[in-house]
Amino acid sequence: MIETGTLWTVIILLGLGSFGLRFVFTGLVGDRAMPTWLLRHLRYTAVAILPALVAPQVVWPSATDGVFDIPRAAAAVAALTVGLLTKNVLMAVFSGAATLYGLLYLLG
Amino acid sequence: MTTSTRNSYYRQGIIDSSPFILVIIPFASLFGVLATEAGLNVVETMAFSIVVIAGAAQFTALQLMQENAPTAIILVSALAVNLRMAMYSASLTPYIGAAPLWQRALCAYMTVDQSYVVGVSKFEADPEMTVPERVAYFFGAVTPIVPLWYAFTLIGALLGTQVPDSWALDFAIPIAFLAMIAPMFRTAAHVVAALVAVVVALFAAGIPYSLGLIIAGIAGMMAGAQTELWIERKAARS
Repeated sequence: MIETGTLWTVIILLGLGSFGLRFVFTGLVGDRAMPTWLLRHLRYTAVAILPALVAPQVVWPSATDGVFDIPRAAAAVAALTVGLLTKNVLMAVFSGAATLYGLLYLLG
Repeated sequence: MTTSTRNSYYRQGIIDSSPFILVIIPFASLFGVLATEAGLNVVETMAFSIVVIAGAAQFTALQLMQENAPTAIILVSALAVNLRMAMYSASLTPYIGAAPLWQRALCAYMTVDQSYVVGVSKFEADPEMTVPERVAYFFGAVTPIVPLWYAFTLIGALLGTQVPDSWALDFAIPIAFLAMIAPMFRTAAHVVAALVAVVVALFAAGIPYSLGLIIAGIAGMMAGAQTELWIERKAARS
């Protein structure tokens, strides 16, 4: 059971902290120029962080208590492949979902 | 700059982020369901989604609270998962840093994975956009996302424990993120950045408090930047 006091402390401080992280550059740096080397790194933020966030979930899904799961891995490969080939986010989501439910049904 | 071009960029932002409606609905519902299962009431669940507005960090905090982790550890871990928001903020700054402060504050509050990806892809592809056009576009991009985030957290909280595990809602997030990044692999440097980040993330998965994610992200960004430099130098020589 989660204590109410702890819960509200987490909600409020996490909210403030998250806003701080989001505001730190857009708000405080504003239109001051940033160095070239930094901008060169920032170009790769999304393509580095999002795959890094997803990779452990694909290989060791929490829903299966960390056991490698063929439907989930196949769904990830399908979403990525279709996304790369079609450049269409919606098609990629549908392909991933269809693969996941199809294999869960067949193997389940 | 007229109001009508701002409106058309606002509408374009809505259109470009609308595929994520399919992602936000299961993601937000899942948080509502899991929070209810963890014993939070509807007000607490909604406050979580409105104040924090960061899915992955909310799931992290929820998980650790259920394990009775110390409050400081919960906060550090969830903020570490959210450190990428600081990177997004830095990456958006060259594009919208000149906007008025209240607009930057509003953009900051609504910087989530989806709005960032949609926004930055457009700003990179269309360097001629003015700052007000970019802000209008960004506000458009969050319009289908943020209200649905609130609404489906509520629906998830009201459905509560009735959603069966067989729906596999847990995997909505990985599929969505993979679908989002696939169109962003424009150069070899992007591919190298992603591959390095994935490999490091898998090796660093055992590092506590989600710090592996941050290490992997920085490694990927460095790999991307170095590859870009290498390609430039090679092009300059030939």
